[in-house]
Amino acid sequence: MIDEITAARDAALADIATADSVDAVATMTTRYAGKKGELSGLKKQLGGLDSIDAKKAAGAAINEAMAAVDTALSTRRDELSAAATAARVEAERLDLTEHLGAPARGRKHLVTQAWERLEDVFVGMGFRVAEGPEVETDWHNFEALNMGEGHPARGEFDTLFVDHVPPGGQPGSTLLRTHTSPVQIRTMLEQEPPIYVVAPGRVFRRDTPDATHMPVFHQIEGLVVDRDISMADLAGTIQAFTEQFFGKGWSSRLRPSYFPFTEPSAEFDIQRPDGSWIELGGSGMVHPDVLRAGGIDPEEWSGFAFGFGIDRMALMRHGVDDLRDMYADDLRFIEQF
Amino acid sequence: MKILLSWLNDYGDFGDPNDADAVQRVCDALTTLGLEVDSVDAVGETVDGVVTARILRLARHPDAAKVQRAWVDAGDGVERHVWCGATNIEAGQTVPLATLGTTMPNGMKIERRGILGIDSEGMLCSASELGLGDDHSGIRILPDGVELGIPYGDALGLRPDVLIDADVTRNRPDCWGYVGIARDLAAKMGVEFRPPQVPSMDQLASGDARSAPVELLDPERCSRFTSTVISGVRVGPGAEWMQQRLTAAGMRPISNVVDVSNYVMLELNQPNHAYDLDTLGGGGFRVRLARDGETLTTLDGEERTFTSADLLICDADDTPIGLGGVMGGLDSEISDDTTTVALEMAWFEPVQIGLTVTRTGLRSEASQRFERGVDPSGMPTAIARFAELLRETCPDLTVHRGWVDARDDAHHPPAHRETEVRIAQVNRILGTQLTAEDLPHLLDPIGFTVSGDGDTRTVVLPPWRLDSTSEIDVVEEVGRHYGYDRLGATVPKPSDSGGLSVRQQRRRLVRDVMLGLGISEAMPNPFLAPDTLERAGLPADAVRITNPLVSEESVLRTSLRPGLLRAIAFNESHRRPGVHLFEVGHVYPPAAAELPGEFEQLTVVLAGEEAPAALAVWRELTGALGGGARIDQGRVPDGLHATRSATLQTGKEPLGAVGEVAPEVLQAFDVSERVAILEVDLDQFLAREPKPAQWKPVSRQPSSDLDMAFVLADGVPAEKLDKAIRQGAGNLLVGLDLFDVYRGQGLSEGSRSLAYRLRLQAADRSLTDADVADARRGVEAAATKLGAELRG
Repeated sequence: MIDEITAARDAALADIATADSVDAVATMTTRYAGKKGELSGLKKQLGGLDSIDAKKAAGAAINEAMAAVDTALSTRRDELSAAATAARVEAERLDLTEHLGAPARGRKHLVTQAWERLEDVFVGMGFRVAEGPEVETDWHNFEALNMGEGHPARGEFDTLFVDHVPPGGQPGSTLLRTHTSPVQIRTMLEQEPPIYVVAPGRVFRRDTPDATHMPVFHQIEGLVVDRDISMADLAGTIQAFTEQFFGKGWSSRLRPSYFPFTEPSAEFDIQRPDGSWIELGGSGMVHPDVLRAGGIDPEEWSGFAFGFGIDRMALMRHGVDDLRDMYADDLRFIEQF
Repeated sequence: MKILLSWLNDYGDFGDPNDADAVQRVCDALTTLGLEVDSVDAVGETVDGVVTARILRLARHPDAAKVQRAWVDAGDGVERHVWCGATNIEAGQTVPLATLGTTMPNGMKIERRGILGIDSEGMLCSASELGLGDDHSGIRILPDGVELGIPYGDALGLRPDVLIDADVTRNRPDCWGYVGIARDLAAKMGVEFRPPQVPSMDQLASGDARSAPVELLDPERCSRFTSTVISGVRVGPGAEWMQQRLTAAGMRPISNVVDVSNYVMLELNQPNHAYDLDTLGGGGFRVRLARDGETLTTLDGEERTFTSADLLICDADDTPIGLGGVMGGLDSEISDDTTTVALEMAWFEPVQIGLTVTRTGLRSEASQRFERGVDPSGMPTAIARFAELLRETCPDLTVHRGWVDARDDAHHPPAHRETEVRIAQVNRILGTQLTAEDLPHLLDPIGFTVSGDGDTRTVVLPPWRLDSTSEIDVVEEVGRHYGYDRLGATVPKPSDSGGLSVRQQRRRLVRDVMLGLGISEAMPNPFLAPDTLERAGLPADAVRITNPLVSEESVLRTSLRPGLLRAIAFNESHRRPGVHLFEVGHVYPPAAAELPGEFEQLTVVLAGEEAPAALAVWRELTGALGGGARIDQGRVPDGLHATRSATLQTGKEPLGAVGEVAPEVLQAFDVSERVAILEVDLDQFLAREPKPAQWKPVSRQPSSDLDMAFVLADGVPAEKLDKAIRQGAGNLLVGLDLFDVYRGQGLSEGSRSLAYRLRLQAADRSLTDADVADARRGVEAAATKLGAELRG
């Protein structure tokens, strides 16, 4: 009997070793290891044996043989499965450096990129973002900003006027805003202090386009009106902005200047870590007449304002040396950024 | 304002022009005062090898018409021969001679060179060749009696100097004169201020009383006009030192009288004009408005026509002799024969001068100063200074008693102006902790004299600072002289948090959606040519710029479409088809309101794509931002493809447009590809923030899918079939997808097959076959009513 068991086991193992697919292994599992399999069938012959010892010995031999067959089956199954996976993976090889088509993502305009970065820095400092119309009244753009009719500073703005005439109004009193400062007036008229806003926006001048001038460009304006706001607050705010926007190691200074809508007025310069200076923009304490035009009592509230160009921020960041390129809508330019 | 440092040092010891550190200190101080230094240039450097020489004799050569021969003595006893092209030389004059081997500032080397075989042993030099100004009309004649053979710089007293170009802001009329700058700088640098000392008119005037009477006929524009008669004048070259200073300051020396006139203007910021009294019609002045169309040839040789808003200076016979405060007339210039001068020193109203300058386009050194406001009380000092300086070249002159001071005090700035200044206000605005006692130290040196005691002081506003009228003006002066760099830096803390508004956040989201779809942002010019809107198939009604730079940029856009079509055409022409661009920007349609009907628009253009691509962008946009719109193909937007476009409609209002650009518009813009387009009114779209979605329980019951295809005539919008299916399927329908559209074989012309997948599900039970059959029947019935036919 023992010999018979051994022979059956060896035949099974030899057969398993030749299995060439997972399916073949499954078939062999039924044939050799199933309840109706060949080795199980041998158990039926145990009853025919004479001695208890012979029965025990043959039973143990059958169990041993079945365990060996089980192990062989699962080993063969694993081998074949691994080989099949490996073959599939090999067959699925892709060259990932093959790529078709243009870059998928669109590009934001450089001005928008700078605009949003500026907004984010000021929002982080507690400012909200104010907006106003690009076609403005003479009153908002000049008069309320302390530049009444005939004020000499008006001539410096190279204003573009439009033919719109408000009902009952005067021709020549509507213009393309020359700066974002009219948003100061609109904000003050719409909102009670305290006011902490920045107003980025598009502005217009009668300028012939060249590398540093465009008739249409962008500015950002800041306005703070609160109790006891001082020039030191202006200096501190500019300094905090400079560090946040340009980075640690950059600093700023105020320098006396003149704007009709602020007094005292200051230009502000920023200093690169290498010590060189860049003139950035204008600023100052909101003139009492301007606060009054905005419906705010200058004895109760004080404030500062500042403004500078957005386009230049974009040029500086990316080393673009001609403003006109930024407005050409040329994909060869757009896709660089 | 160009400042010659050695000249400025007349009024205080500011710094040695040869000491670079001292020059830097002056420049830094100017900048901290608000007089931003633009440039610093070395001047007064001389050319080595150019020496003084006397012209011994001159001769012409018969074969050289344009040049003459000169023999000169350079002090070494050697007679040198030079050829010279200038015509202003005479024997006996002393002139600069560039000796052989000299390298001129322009790089030319002086070598022995010949004309007609006769060598030239050097070159006689003009002022411009020596870098002494721009006069190249003749040889620079040197003063008589100087030693021969010495460097010409020594003969002229030239010393190395620096010329500082400082920006003067509009609020600093005083800084258009050396004395004004010196006053401010002396206070800042803590050096003694030494303005020129002059006698009073009483001390100055002598001789018999002689007057050039003045009639002030328009006191609004000219409220003070003085005339002073000065006799014993001999017109000739100005003093050498004065010529040098004027030259360095960029002015051409002309004659002693004109030079002194210019010098006084630069020094004291008082423009003035000297007339020849003997040729002054009627011997006096009338200051009146021009008559419309009245003309005058001004000093620059141009004939100018005036309006009744321009102010003329006329002689007593009413003949115009100058445009008040701007420029004298050509015919009233003093001549070499002038012996008696009528000197005008006047004050003109700044705003009116500005308007005249704008009207006539004529700008002068004088008008720039009057436009900003000169000292209304400065005339007597300036008259005395003029006389003193002229006396150097006219030792016998007499300033006659009887000078005329015509004025109208009702229109003239008051002699004394003052304002109250609260120290609390100073500290509140500047953020300082100054005391009232600090005010005189900061203000008195610049002429803002402080008086009184307590926390509110009285401050006299100096007449040369007409820009200063109120307390805040004085606060600025305190700040400037205390130093902006000492104000400290504090950061105010807003009580509210910062942030973007909902609209601003949604605008950013719009951009992000576009970028994610591979669409890049463009920013075309918002100004259009007069015919652009019509070429784009849009109404021509628009707001126009009344003073455009060029007419091609004179119309305000009412749509972003033209700019983007131009961008596509540009890229196509650079071998870049298929560009996908968007713009978020303002458009400005006309409106009968205070301002045009400006609003914000989004336009997307997809070159090389068809209308469904634009619809896909719209779906992506509404997917991200919420909202939606009816696609109304019955209303084709202007300029879009008639059978492939629709209005996006919300309620009664159009929200935008979707589809393709009309072929004729593409042709007009030289675009060769199809262009799919989406336009959305962002004022509406961004304002509609959707309410937060409310939770519905997810059904745990199994769902069942049902595919149904219908044949529908092309004339019936699929939208209607959608609606019919939804109605017919009843409330078990939880999802509906159009997954295939087919036209062609097996279908009749003018119809298509639309295949839908319906997902059915109940919230509370498993579906039965009967449920599915009911839904199927309902859908079929509703679709049939629409004329759709269920396919096998």
